Amino acid sequence: MRHVFSVRIGPIGFRVGSDWREPIDQLRELYRYYPSPNLPDFTVRLEATRPWRRLVRPSIRIAGDYTLPEAAPLPLAQGLLAAEMAMNLQLALGGRRHLLLHASCVERDGRALLMTGESGAGKSTLATLLAAKGWRFMGDEFALIDPETGLVHAFPRLISLKNAGIAAAMAAQPDARFGPLLAGTPKGDIRHMVPDGLAVGAMDEPARPVLLLFPRYGHAAETLPVRGSEAFVRLTQASTNYVAMGEAGFATLTRLVRTVPAQAIDYPDGAAAVAQVEALWRTL
Amino acid sequence: MADALTLARALADPQSLTLDTDWIGLITTARAEQLLGTLAYRLDGLPLPEDVALLLADARTAAENGRRAALWEAEMARRALAPLGCAVVLLKGTAFVAGGLSAGRGRSIGDLDILVPRDALDAVEAALLAAGWEWVKPDPYDDAYYRRWMHELPPLIHRERDRMIDVHHTILPLTARIRPDAPALLVDAQPLGNGLSLLSPDDMAVHAAAHLFADGDLAGGLRNLWDIHCLIGEHGDDGLAARARHHGLAREMARALRLSRRLFGTPPPVEAPGWSDRLYLRRLLARDDWGRPIRPLTRLVFYIRSHWLRMPPAMLARHLWTKWRRG
Amino acid sequence: MRYRAPPAEALLTAGLDAFTAVFHRPSGITHLLASPAPEILTVLADEPLDLDALLARLADRFDLADADRAALAARLDELMVAGLVEAA
Repeated sequence: MRHVFSVRIGPIGFRVGSDWREPIDQLRELYRYYPSPNLPDFTVRLEATRPWRRLVRPSIRIAGDYTLPEAAPLPLAQGLLAAEMAMNLQLALGGRRHLLLHASCVERDGRALLMTGESGAGKSTLATLLAAKGWRFMGDEFALIDPETGLVHAFPRLISLKNAGIAAAMAAQPDARFGPLLAGTPKGDIRHMVPDGLAVGAMDEPARPVLLLFPRYGHAAETLPVRGSEAFVRLTQASTNYVAMGEAGFATLTRLVRTVPAQAIDYPDGAAAVAQVEALWRTL
Repeated sequence: MADALTLARALADPQSLTLDTDWIGLITTARAEQLLGTLAYRLDGLPLPEDVALLLADARTAAENGRRAALWEAEMARRALAPLGCAVVLLKGTAFVAGGLSAGRGRSIGDLDILVPRDALDAVEAALLAAGWEWVKPDPYDDAYYRRWMHELPPLIHRERDRMIDVHHTILPLTARIRPDAPALLVDAQPLGNGLSLLSPDDMAVHAAAHLFADGDLAGGLRNLWDIHCLIGEHGDDGLAARARHHGLAREMARALRLSRRLFGTPPPVEAPGWSDRLYLRRLLARDDWGRPIRPLTRLVFYIRSHWLRMPPAMLARHLWTKWRRG
Repeated sequence: MRYRAPPAEALLTAGLDAFTAVFHRPSGITHLLASPAPEILTVLADEPLDLDALLARLADRFDLADADRAALAARLDELMVAGLVEAA
């Protein structure tokens, strides 16, 4: 392929091939301080939908080891988004060495907090808010649980900010590095933020999960314990590879819900959420 | 430009891989050809770079899980169909793993394929629907075409387990010029002892050859050809040509054997390929080290040809026209 | 009709409050079961039994709330659909 880029994010290595230079240049710039993989785990391809579409109304089809055949192509201007989506897809569909949970994760003193829920629940926003208060950011999309140890491994990919969240993040973290503004994507305006130096520098240090949260945005502040059986069911739904992991998946997830307390936390706004989380953390 | 020849060589002779192998290219090609599990088993035990060994170990685990899921689907079909008392013959990947054949080692398995007597079709359909399977596509045109002309029921998927089953009553579409002897397939099937059967070893090889050439556009052809290589390697080819002739598939079986010998070194060795075999080899190896399908014109030739094989030209024109009108 | 369940080695189990998570090794499928399903599986793993024999054995070995024949038949149907119990 014409233009190539490789990067390691936590334990997962990717190689990205592209028919165009621009997305590769952008990836290379934003992932500047990330390590390179020896052997990439996954291959991503950003391909022109037809040979002439490389130049005329350039349109990117996402391809690679794993694809979703019905995925719509993206315009070249959103090439960075295409690459990020493609990398997520490879891990989601192909990841086998760790149990994957659709969750954000932050760490303090070697202990990790996992936050999981549907889109819009705020797990990404909460993770970045906590990171701004000194927690180590371990990821906002996937938490990787090691079946042997039960530890969670960081996957600190670029943080995908949407619409109003963009201005909020830029105001809260003016020193952070941001990618280009991608307007008019299927999900509105998107801008990527590079995780801070601590997140990138410590990405190979796993942490022990000690608290699991199911946050819900836009409600009066309340915290309720979640029973193990309910946490188990919700986490199987939040995992893209639980079934594929077989016995290891069962052992890892049952051990997680039996050893880690779970709480549902309703919160009206970010500041309240941070306060609730830190209060909970102190009780552990 | 790199094609899948490296993969074919690696499968045929794993010891031939050197330290400066383009591992990521090999792995990506294998994955794109659904042969990563197979490759992982072929390389098991050889000295490899650590990263490669770990990735291949993951692939073997994934293949094991796939094997388990496939055998379970067969078991659930067995439970649903046992009361009917008719022959139920496993086909393709599930058959290879159920029979413990070398063709099953590391094989990726998708749907469950079974062969049943044609006059049991209605009862089989009813039993599967009662046991939780349901139709995949409720399109009346496709359904009529399927029932009248194809060699299988329209596809069924299990409501809870989300896995598909394809129920065949012969091994090629009825509209093809070639008519295999379906009753003979059933008569010579070999029982596993639990109510399920496998095709006889010769019929398995003939079916693989039929599937490889007459049934499709050669997508996944490399994997099918590897199946044939394993089947011949394990069982030999005594009597195979005669059996293939009986099913009207002598040419296909002979070509499959020539290609397998050429690509994988299945004994006995073969001379240089003719122009037509060379076209097939081009098509079978049309995958690069980034996993991309290459050689679009060759692919197009085989796509059109595969439809021509299944239907008389007039029907083909009408079928494609109706499909295009639907958009 | 007699019912049969897989031997104990075919299952991995983990108690989670009121439920038991069960990994069925032959299928790779995980089930979340509530009483009396785990107890039914334990009893039927020892030997195949018909409905009445099962009812008696359950009442004998476990402290089950309502030993109702129709309810037991319904639970067995569910377990058969799930693939955990089959006709012996």
